[in-house]
Amino acid sequence: MDKIKFDTKSLDLFYGDFQALKSINIKICENEVTAFIGPSGCGKSTFLRCLNRMNDLIDSVKMKGEIIFDDKDINGDIDVINLRTRVGMVFQKPNPFPMSIYDNIAYGPKCQGLKDKRKLDTLVKESLTKAALWEEVKDRLNKSALGLSGGQQQRLCIARTIAMNPEVILMDEPTSALDPIATAKIEDLMSSLKKDYTIIIVTHSMQQAGRISDKTAFFLMGEIVEFDETPKIFTNPNDKRTEDYITGRFG
Amino acid sequence: MKSEHKNAIVADKIATVILYCIAGFFLLLLAGFTAYIIVKGIMAYQPGIFSFERTGIGVELFNTVYLVLISLIISVPIGVGAGIYMAEYAKAGKVTNYLRICIETLSSLPSIVIGLFGYLVFIYMTGSKYNLFAGALAVSILSLPLLTTVTEDAIRAVPSIYKEGSLAVGATHWQTIVQICLPVAMPRIITGIILAAGRGFGEAAALLYTAGMSSNVNPNIWNPFDPMSLLCPFRPGDTLALHIWALKTESMTPNADQIADFSAAVLLVLIFAFSLGSRILGARLDRKMSGK
Amino acid sequence: MIYLIEKFKKEYLGRSIVTVLGIVIILVTLSITGFLFYKGLGTFVTYNHSVWEFLFSSEWKPADNFDGGGKVGAAIFIVGSLLISFLALLIATPFSIASAVFMTEISPKLGKKLLQPAIGIFVGIPSVVYGWVGLTVLVPAIAHVFNLPYGFSVLAGGIVLALMIFPTITSVSVDAIENVDNGYKEASYALGTTRWQYIYKVMLPSATSGILTGVILGLARAFGEALAVAMVIGKMLTFPDNILSATNNMTAEIASDMGNSAQGGEFNDALWSMALLLLIISFIFILIMRIIAKKGEEVK
Repeated sequence: MDKIKFDTKSLDLFYGDFQALKSINIKICENEVTAFIGPSGCGKSTFLRCLNRMNDLIDSVKMKGEIIFDDKDINGDIDVINLRTRVGMVFQKPNPFPMSIYDNIAYGPKCQGLKDKRKLDTLVKESLTKAALWEEVKDRLNKSALGLSGGQQQRLCIARTIAMNPEVILMDEPTSALDPIATAKIEDLMSSLKKDYTIIIVTHSMQQAGRISDKTAFFLMGEIVEFDETPKIFTNPNDKRTEDYITGRFG
Repeated sequence: MKSEHKNAIVADKIATVILYCIAGFFLLLLAGFTAYIIVKGIMAYQPGIFSFERTGIGVELFNTVYLVLISLIISVPIGVGAGIYMAEYAKAGKVTNYLRICIETLSSLPSIVIGLFGYLVFIYMTGSKYNLFAGALAVSILSLPLLTTVTEDAIRAVPSIYKEGSLAVGATHWQTIVQICLPVAMPRIITGIILAAGRGFGEAAALLYTAGMSSNVNPNIWNPFDPMSLLCPFRPGDTLALHIWALKTESMTPNADQIADFSAAVLLVLIFAFSLGSRILGARLDRKMSGK
Repeated sequence: MIYLIEKFKKEYLGRSIVTVLGIVIILVTLSITGFLFYKGLGTFVTYNHSVWEFLFSSEWKPADNFDGGGKVGAAIFIVGSLLISFLALLIATPFSIASAVFMTEISPKLGKKLLQPAIGIFVGIPSVVYGWVGLTVLVPAIAHVFNLPYGFSVLAGGIVLALMIFPTITSVSVDAIENVDNGYKEASYALGTTRWQYIYKVMLPSATSGILTGVILGLARAFGEALAVAMVIGKMLTFPDNILSATNNMTAEIASDMGNSAQGGEFNDALWSMALLLLIISFIFILIMRIIAKKGEEVK
């Protein structure tokens, strides 16, 4: 049995009066790629954002239930900043900061107090290499990151996350704004990152989930309908609703 | 039906023509107004008008820039800080609502009222003479609401994806504000600061009884602690705007009219240069931010 | 412990500083209001004049000493302020709305290129410069046109102020019009109305609350302006017979006599009472704008 990284116990989430998540129970294992699929508005992104407390930014959000991350409930009395350094996130739309490529990568470590220029240099190179971007940008590290293509920007954001050396990387539809070639590069990258990190990805594309994930959770109207090995979900789901969704009967 | 339709079209045409005329009228009025001041100013030019003697406006020009500079040093940190607070930390509630009312009140207070307050608190209660520093404080109070609002708006306009990206790599809220939000918001904040400076250049009512209506300096003294020195902020000093007012009301100087004409032109040029500068600077910073 | 120090440096220090700066603004506002009330009430508390006398009597002979006993009827100044400000509003509002319509509907291109910057320049011109041009051009012109011995008048003040508040009303109106739902325009055009019919039957009514806010802002600015008015009003201690006669207003009176009166004397306190009245009026303006904004939101 793999080690469990996230263990969610009957998690409810409300936006004001609207209940967006209903009694979510899910165990997410270490060094696997877990995909969340489901129609839009089903709560998959909302749940993802619970895992690094990104929903704190929204005032009206109220939560009940537990999210155990390595033995600790992250909704309890924990250091959010520390949590976010351990659980990184890549967003739907590439969002490099309006600064140089180098500074984008060095930003997180610097915020944690790393000042040594040599260490930073090494870290920047390592992270960019791991994100398969080093060869493309090594000559323009001091140029603005906003000059990169969309796919490069997204890989930069992954590199920025890797630079924090997190245990988990959350990805919120990371390829939905990219063309097929850039998407393929990011998917390759995910498979190679899996040995070092636990990856949780929200995707709108079932093919993507099928290609890259070990396990898949199907969300519908704020609930997890089914969670299992990916091949099982796609070939022989237990629930009628999952089957309907997979076969394209709704969604 | 037909004739009504025709009428509507005619009315539309007439209205359009009238609106064009009004727009044209205002452009002409402004052009005339500006040209009048500048031409009168040029005609009033005489050698030595920039001198630091009584017949020149050198001291007033210096005072104007100096006073605005001091006031910005005071008001920018307070205004920008409070703007950050309003945009990022203020929770919806009584205190925030109260702060908003305060900013609104400050921005709608007549500047003569701020001048009176300044006179009472900075001059009368401290037992000092009219001085530039007191004037700068009064102008600071005037520009605080503008600076706060501009900063708040600018920071709120920073795309939330930047903020999320920063928080997601474990930066604190404050680190995110200082390192991500402020730089992105900077072009707009700088435009606001320059706008505030422009208003400061033209302010007079708030300075009547704080900075005073005259200057008595010796341009050869460089020790800023000597009350006769140009550099001393604790001396009476009239700005250009105030000088125009004083020349009009007390005109003891010979050829007061010419000096006032010239001062008005200089003041206008100063303000235009500033607003032009802010546009160019804003556009450049914007371009730099977007990575082109 | 080290963790706390780190956390303090990274978050709490900055947060505390900006919070304190927010509080500074509250304190400044409170102290201005406090001092104005404290000084402004002196007329009524120390020198025992009635509010009625101050507001409605026109006998203005305050004693410049600490014994009191003078007359503090400020009605002339109050009427002067009201007249000039409303005259300015009357002149500026139609032009402002017309310009705003021009900039948004008739020719947005010219509006953006020419009128927008022009309005920016109008705003930037200092009030003493407006006053100075008013004094050297407008006042002689009025005297000439109406064949008067001199042109200092309510009309001169009104025109100068109208120029000064024109940019305020225009730019707020432009914002209000731009906020009108574009669907209205499409719907109206689809019904075969002309542009002008759309403008005055649909667009302007839907932008009313925003335009009203601009008008009140302009009025507030007109009320508070001191030196530009003081230069062209004539400073006569009489009610004006018509808009061509000279009179005086509150801000001009404060500006010219504050320096000539002993701090704390009856004269001085009476001037402070006028400043207090100005403060109360700006509170009222804020209140009105809030009500308009609330009404506008309810409609939406």
